[in-house]
Formats: sequence, structure tokens, C-alpha cells
Amino acid sequence: MMSEQLLNVKNLTLQFKTDEGLITAVDDVSFDLAPGEVMGLVGESGSGKSVTAKALMLLNPGNAVYSPESSISFTANGVTVEVFDLKSAKELMLVRGGAVSMIFQEPMASFAPAITIGVQMVEQLVLHKNISVKEAKEISIEMLNHVGISEAAKRFDQYAFELSGGMRQRAMIAMALSTKPKLLIADEPTTALDVTIQAQVLDLMSDLVKEFGMGIIFITHDLAVVAQTADKVAVMYLGKIVEQGPVREVIKNPKHPYTKGLINALPQLDDIDAPLEAIPGDIPSPLDRPVGCVFNTRCPEMISGRCDVDSPKRLSVGHDHSVSCFVAEEQSS
Amino acid sequence: MNDQAQNNIISTKNLSVSFPLGKTFFGPKLFVKAVSNITLDIPRGSFFGLVGESGSGKTTFGRALLKAAPVSNGHVEYHDEEVSYNLNDITKEELKDYRKRMQLIFQDPYAALSPRMTVRDILAEPIELMGLTSSREETDEKVREIAAKCRLNLEHLRRFPHAFSGGQRQRISIARALISNPKFIVADESVAALDVSIQADVLNLLKSMQKEMGLTYLFISHDLSVIAHICDQVAVMYLGQLVETAPTHELFAGPKHPYTKALLSAIPSLDPDDDSKAQRLEGEIPSPASPPPGCKFHTRCPFATDICKKDEPQLDYLSVTHTVACHHWKDLETSNT
Ligand SMILES: Nc1ncnc2c1ncn2[C@@H]1O[C@H](COP(=O)(O)OP(=O)(O)O)[C@@H](O)[C@H]1O
Ligand SMILES: Nc1ncnc2c1ncn2[C@@H]1O[C@H](COP(=O)(O)OP(=O)(O)O)[C@@H](O)[C@H]1O
Ligand SMILES: [Mg+2]
Ligand SMILES: [Mg+2]
Repeated sequence: MMSEQLLNVKNLTLQFKTDEGLITAVDDVSFDLAPGEVMGLVGESGSGKSVTAKALMLLNPGNAVYSPESSISFTANGVTVEVFDLKSAKELMLVRGGAVSMIFQEPMASFAPAITIGVQMVEQLVLHKNISVKEAKEISIEMLNHVGISEAAKRFDQYAFELSGGMRQRAMIAMALSTKPKLLIADEPTTALDVTIQAQVLDLMSDLVKEFGMGIIFITHDLAVVAQTADKVAVMYLGKIVEQGPVREVIKNPKHPYTKGLINALPQLDDIDAPLEAIPGDIPSPLDRPVGCVFNTRCPEMISGRCDVDSPKRLSVGHDHSVSCFVAEEQSS
Repeated sequence: MNDQAQNNIISTKNLSVSFPLGKTFFGPKLFVKAVSNITLDIPRGSFFGLVGESGSGKTTFGRALLKAAPVSNGHVEYHDEEVSYNLNDITKEELKDYRKRMQLIFQDPYAALSPRMTVRDILAEPIELMGLTSSREETDEKVREIAAKCRLNLEHLRRFPHAFSGGQRQRISIARALISNPKFIVADESVAALDVSIQADVLNLLKSMQKEMGLTYLFISHDLSVIAHICDQVAVMYLGQLVETAPTHELFAGPKHPYTKALLSAIPSLDPDDDSKAQRLEGEIPSPASPPPGCKFHTRCPFATDICKKDEPQLDYLSVTHTVACHHWKDLETSNT
């Protein structure tokens, strides 16, 4: 049933008007997310992950044009809204810091440099939760404490730049979660961190999901991070979701040549003598999108006359597992 | 000089690098000890990995080998088939020669390439500056040769760097570093900014150029999984010091230092069913401006005891090539089995 979903994205297509022409950044993307579910969104840089995430909060700039078929429906507290129908600033608050929160790779992007972490957390809580400043301060300090920040009351009065990288990341998570969002969008939250600190932040996030039960869209370019954090995964390339499904399924039984390529390219510790296989070629410019399947220019299994002519449709290859690929189509028929 | 030393292209002895911390008129001058007492041999022909969290002093160590960091103590020796230099008492002429023999490849292929020069000119610049060719034809010949090896075609040579993707730009940086036919390359986080799909391509290129040109690399990375696949020996650094060095297979099969073990277990596995959180490190690397006493790792080490807080551990030799600096590595071995 529809209402079981937290988020339902359908046929999302988004182009940017630029001086050089129209850029298709997101191309007919559909996925859904249940409450408490973690979806990994992976792909190379430029594949459209951040732009997709921003679309969910209507945060893309004015040169963004959405196709009329695009739909994002969001269900919170039993009420379903179409995000594209939200108009007034008050309505938009639902998806901007209210029921939907976002954290970024660079925590400084979340914090205004000239005000303290505490002031910013309190402002946001008062705005979204209609509570007193005193209550907001209590919740904020409690939340800072909760994400493992020592001396939370002291940190509350500090500026973001005064914290170490790992602490800043925690403070940003605390701020994003203090409004108790139903959906958290995490855009490469650990990419800039050392592995040791990444491991700490990932542990923290998985504890928080269990506790708060929010849905998460976890954007990363690292499939191993997805394997360790997500329930399901969508693999994106040049604005298209080329494969999606349960994490175990997609990683252990990948169907799309791009997914297979990403897996083979990842240096892994269980066999350090295995050669690293690059995906040949480079990701094309979005101004120069290939005709047919977007991946055909780099695909080792490309079928001439087919993959470079038509766009493959989404094909179901298992429970909740789907792929858009002519080669996979031939293999499954 | 013994034969052993001759086999190492780089040998450092008790190498320390300190940066002055601001200016004080009165009282003692303050320093950040970014590299502290490092004794390390890099065998000729090796792909030598240097790993550690950011701030551990990897870049500073690499720069010290290029004589581009304020060495406060110890020395660096360089030996190839033709020359030997001690960087402490190298003459200006020798330094000029030395800088032809070694090159640096940076992390950021965007910042490293001048946007106003064509790829041809970017590649030609080092050999022109070093006066390695005598005519434009000869320069062009060399440019085309190295470009082909790095899979850049004639069309590419006419373009400006902004027209290239990250992976292509890194191949341009590599071609620029290799055109002068160096012996020793410091590759500092050279694939850190690249997508995995392209990272493999650049790593494979570095490897094939090593075979072809007989290069030795110091490959600096914060990513142990990359190091595992490409390096034959690894040194692990923490807060300016070496904590463990070993041949790659030995290090990954049996890490001895708790920090090495922690770094390894922090790497996420691609297997969704693998949820080993065996050795999570708490906290972050302390500032090298005020390092902890004793073993520098003790503030984060799950096995630290009183001695770790007081005494600095010495390097223990498990074999000629495997060293570890930890008071307790032996106890940890026996308690594990
Ligand atoms: N405001 C914008 N105007 C024009 N193009 C944009 C804009 N924002 C993003 N893009 C383009 O959209 C594509 C997808 O970008 P992005 O979502 O940031 O990729 P990812 O997060 O996967 O690295 C890129 O080609 C990018 O250059
Ligand atoms: N030019 C400099 N002046 C002052 N401190 C420096 C300078 N370069 C590096 N440092 C300090 O030395 C330490 C080691 O830095 P670095 O060698 O860059 O580490 P890594 O490459 O392992 O991240 C850091 O604490 C850094 O702040
Ligand atoms: Mg992005
Ligand atoms: Mg560095």
C-alpha cells in the first residue's frame, strides 16, 4: 500500500538551463523508501546524486526545470503531500529542516560561520517545533551529548570552526536530528573523513537509525560504505538509476555492467593480489550524453546497434531488484 | 658504505622536521614536530607505501626527501646507480641534479596544472627548464613519447587542462612527472580525489610505468586498501612517527601494532554480512603541537598501560624488513593465540 512508504519518487527528470545548453542531470528516476529504511545512492561524481537529493527538498537553483511527469510524494504522520505542490514558505518548511533534514560532506556548509552551534540549533528548533528557547536549548545539548560530543554544554557555545573534523560532523548530525526528521538525507557525510573517523560516524548513524527509526538516503561514491550501512541501493550513472535493489542482492549478484565495474574497481582486503580493474574511459560530459543507454560508451558488454540506439527499460530481475540494461534483458529472457 | 645501503634509493636516519609555531619574542620558541625521528630505507625498485591518518606527517616526510621541508635533525641519503647524495651537505649544483632525479605527483590534478598552458607545453616545461633537450623537435619527440605511454593522443596535446576529466588530468600530471626520466617518485595522495572506477586506471598506469622506467615510488596514501593492492612494502605513520613497517603481505596477514590493526578494521568491507567492528578507535589524532608523552598512540590505544604513558617504545625488529614500535606487541600476540 502507498501509505506504507515514506517517500515515493516517480519519473523524476530534471534539467538545468546553462549558457552551454540544457543539461540533463536527473533522467526518469523512480524509487521509494519506507520508514526506517536506509537507501544507498551510489555513483561516480557528476552522476546526479546531490541534485536528486536537493530535488527532494526543492533546493535546486532557479535554472532547474523539472519535467511535468516528475512526482515526489512524501508521507509523514499519516498525511501524504506532493512535494512539487508545496508553495508557501510555511509549507516548504516541511521538507526543509522539518520532517526532512540533510547533512553534507563538508559540515561547514551546514553551520553559519558567525553564530555559535547552539544559537543555530536553537533557532532551527524554535522555528520548526514551536517550542520555547529554554526547551530548545535543553534538547540541543541533549542531542549533542547523544551523538558522543563530550562537554556538550561547552560545545553548545562554540563555533563550528573550533571543533575538529570528526566533532563537527557529529555536531551537524546532532543538528539535523534534533527536529526528529522522518527522512534524513546524508550527502557523502564521511567522504572527507579518515577511515577511523568514518567508522565512528557510520556506527553512530546506524545506532541513531535504530533508535529514531527515520528513513535515510545515504549518498556516497563508495559501494563498501553502502554495503555496511544500507538496506537497499540505487546505482546512478549520468542521471539514470541503472540498477536498484536490496544491498545483498545487488552486491552479490549485480546485473548491470556498471555495477559490476564498480565492484571490480574497488580495492578490497580479502584478496590483495587481485588486479584492480578500471572501468574503461571517462564519464561523458552531461552536455554530451550518449544516445541509447547512457553507459554504452564505456560498457564492455555493449551490443552495437542496440545499446547505442535505444534506451533500455527498467526490468525486474528479482524481488525489488531491477536493472535497465539490454544485455541483462537478453540474459533473463 | 656497505652494499645494503647501496640497495636503498632513500635512507633516512633519525629524520625530524619541525615547523615554527608563530612568533614569540620572549620565552622558548614553539614548534610543531611534524616528523619525528624517522629511520627508514626505501629499496630501489620498490613501490613503497606510507599510510596514516591526515595530520600524521606523511606529506611533510615526502617533502623532506625533496629537501623542501625544514629538517631539524637527522639526515636523508640518496643513492642510484650513478650518484649518491647526502641532503645535509649537498651543493647547489648537486641539488639541481638531484631534483632531476626525483619528482612529485600531487593529489589534486586540478590545482597542479596551469590552466593557461596547453598539455603539450605543460609536458614540455620540465625538460625545457632542466635543459634536457637541445631543440624543439627533440622536445616534441619526448612529449609525444611520454604522452603515448600515458595514453594521451596528439589531439589531447593541443588542448587546455580544463577540457579534461579528473582521471585524464592525473594522467597528464603523471606524464609531466615522468618526462624528465626520474628515478624516484613521491606520489602524494595521487588517487585520493578520483572516483574508484578511474582510480584503478591511474594505479595501473603508475605500476606499468614503474616496470618500464625502473622507477622507485614512495606512495603516500591515507587508504590502506589502495596500498594493499599496489605497494610491496608499507610504513605506517602516527603523529610524526613510524609505528610499523613491513612487506605488504606480512602487514596485511599479521599486523602487529594496535594502530595498524585499527586502521585495517576501519576499512569498510564490501560484504554486507561482514560486520566486524573488532577494533574501533576512539577519539581523534592529537595535535602534533602538543603530543602526548610516552607512546604517542596511548591516548587512543585500547591496550595502553602505565608504561605506555611514560616511555616511548623503541622500534623492535621482527625481521630485517618488519619493525614495530609498541611496548605490548608481543603480549598481544600471545593473548590472541
Ligand atoms: N545549478 C546547476 N546548474 C547547472 N548544472 C548543474 C547544477 N547543479 C548540478 N549540475 C550538473 O548536474 C550534474 C549532476 O551533479 P551532481 O548531482 O552534483 O552530481 P554528484 O552529486 O553525483 O557528483 C553534473 O553534471 C553537474 O555539473
Ligand atoms: N608549513 C607548515 N607549517 C606549520 N605546520 C605544518 C606545515 N605543514 C604541515 N604542518 C603540520 O604538520 C603536521 C603534519 O602534516 P602533514 O605532513 O601535512 O600530514 P599528512 O600529510 O599526513 O596529512 C600537521 O599537524 C600539520 O598541521
Ligand atoms: Mg555530490
Ligand atoms: Mg598529506
